[in-house]
Amino acid sequence: MRGAAIDERDPTLVVRRQGQDGAVLELAGTWLSQRDLPEPADALGQLRAGAVRRLAFDAGQITAWDSGLVTFVLKVLGETATWGVAADRAGLPEGVRRLVALAEAVPERQTGRGGARPAWLTRLGTRAIAKADAVLVGLTFLGESLQALGALLRGRARFRTSDLFLVMQDCGPRALGIVTLISFLIGLILAFVGAVQLQQFGASIFVANLVAIAMLREIGGIMTAIVMSGRTGAAFAAQLGTMNTNQEIDALSTMGVSPMEFLVLPRMLALIVMMPLLTIYSDLVGILGGAVVGIGMLGLGPTEYFEQTRAAAHISDFLIGISKSVVFGTVVALAGCLRGMQSGRSAASVGLAATSAVVTSIVCIIILDGMFAVILNVLGF
Amino acid sequence: MSSASSSAPRIHVNGLTMAYGSFVIQRDLDFTVERGEVFVIMGGSGCGKSTLLNHMIGLKHPASGDVVYDGQSFWGAAPEERDGLRRRLGVSFQSGALWSSMTLAENVGLPLQTFTRLRARQIRDIVSLKLALVGLAGYEEFYPSEISGGMLKRAGVARAMALDPDILFFDEPSAGLDPISSRRLDDLILELRDSLGATMVVVTHELASIFTIADNSVFLDAETRSMIAHGNPKTLRDECPHPTVRSFLRRGEAVAGGPVT
Repeated sequence: MRGAAIDERDPTLVVRRQGQDGAVLELAGTWLSQRDLPEPADALGQLRAGAVRRLAFDAGQITAWDSGLVTFVLKVLGETATWGVAADRAGLPEGVRRLVALAEAVPERQTGRGGARPAWLTRLGTRAIAKADAVLVGLTFLGESLQALGALLRGRARFRTSDLFLVMQDCGPRALGIVTLISFLIGLILAFVGAVQLQQFGASIFVANLVAIAMLREIGGIMTAIVMSGRTGAAFAAQLGTMNTNQEIDALSTMGVSPMEFLVLPRMLALIVMMPLLTIYSDLVGILGGAVVGIGMLGLGPTEYFEQTRAAAHISDFLIGISKSVVFGTVVALAGCLRGMQSGRSAASVGLAATSAVVTSIVCIIILDGMFAVILNVLGF
Repeated sequence: MSSASSSAPRIHVNGLTMAYGSFVIQRDLDFTVERGEVFVIMGGSGCGKSTLLNHMIGLKHPASGDVVYDGQSFWGAAPEERDGLRRRLGVSFQSGALWSSMTLAENVGLPLQTFTRLRARQIRDIVSLKLALVGLAGYEEFYPSEISGGMLKRAGVARAMALDPDILFFDEPSAGLDPISSRRLDDLILELRDSLGATMVVVTHELASIFTIADNSVFLDAETRSMIAHGNPKTLRDECPHPTVRSFLRRGEAVAGGPVT
């Protein structure tokens, strides 16, 4: 594609008239695209002004060329052809002639892409319809997962128990580290913030009540769920998204294995079992964190602190926290699996699936927690 | 490093030994590829064809030996020089290897944006030219997931040609394509060689393709882990002393028969 010797002559273009209605484009110099190439528009303007009907090229003085020359020639040829100009390509370098022929071999496909942006109302409408569709898809997915649960209860669900245990291991024991850290610090912070206020009334001992009730009823479950949505929900979405990209999910469907049973069910079960256990653990570690502040900073006796905690913590608080965690576990698993299975077939869409799995599950967790609070209040718990 | 001398062969694979850890795949490969040649690397499955390609394009480090481009050592060069050499190579991967989150125009335009100072409009023109050359004019705004396998491969070729490389590498260009698409891709390789004057290195085991495009070739043998034949495939088919090579080039027929084309 390049001449043997590249000299430093700038690319030049001269339009020379020939006879009554003919013109020759004289190209010379180094026609490499990183040099400043002459604009095809200038040459076309001259040709048009001169009412040219026949066009020829003289490229004998070109010392080197690359794609820049080919794009130039293609533009000139394309434009002049629409005016009905007969072009003689014999004067072009051999390689350019062949490349131009190759580029013209398959006509441009009119695909209708890259057109103007639709009006804002159209875009708004398209978005609204897309959102409505997304809600519908989510509900369908929820329904299908319930059907899969039904199949499980009837003992007809098809999945591998080893998968179930693997997922359980991954979202249970392996999450203990991060849950410990977060819960301990949250307990510590709760106690500290509470202590500063309660000390003013000489009611330091009630820090134990504050920490115990908050952890058991709300924070233990919510923090565990948020940690798990970032840790496990995103992983589910990425796994299933990649499987979708490789057509692995299609492979399951064609064998008559329901992806809902084979992929979603074990993940859902694993989180339904593991989330309450992790929440209990988180409650305990959080209370321990509170105790560190209560005993270390406020000078309460250990026995005193734990007696107070035991008196404050009702079994109902504990049970409410645990039942919420079961719901949260289901939400995290479903959001992860749904986003994964919906994922498009590209690297970026797998990333998007993981992101939107986390966003979806956190939003759902907070909304559901609010609904729990209202309903339990009405019921008088 | 001395500047490129035009008398040296375009590519010289010099005593190259390839290994994964202590497992040797091919030993002491030595051959040259001349300017403007279509050079085929052939051999049965698992003989290390693609691995050889990966060594030539600088993805895998050789256990010993070197690859020399225009008299300039690739593996002996400093990392910056090596990057400069890499930009003179274009690679079309087995399944296209297009970046799935970018449109075809963005795929072809990325090397131009990164390595040249061309204006956006110039880049757009060159991208359209490259896509037109592979018969994909008008597909600029398509994503890789929206086009067929044969189109993906051709788009991969367009991307490989983005920087007007001197040498183009093709990994299994006809794998997974129907006979007509595969024939078209062969024609494209020949046409691009003739019009660009580029050197083509093709890894393949498709006989039809080998006989259509190859000027020269090496045969890698999995058993002896070495190259056992070097030359024009048609000559090798009739005259190679190694029965393995003759049999490979005749689709397993042990006895001499009609030409297999």
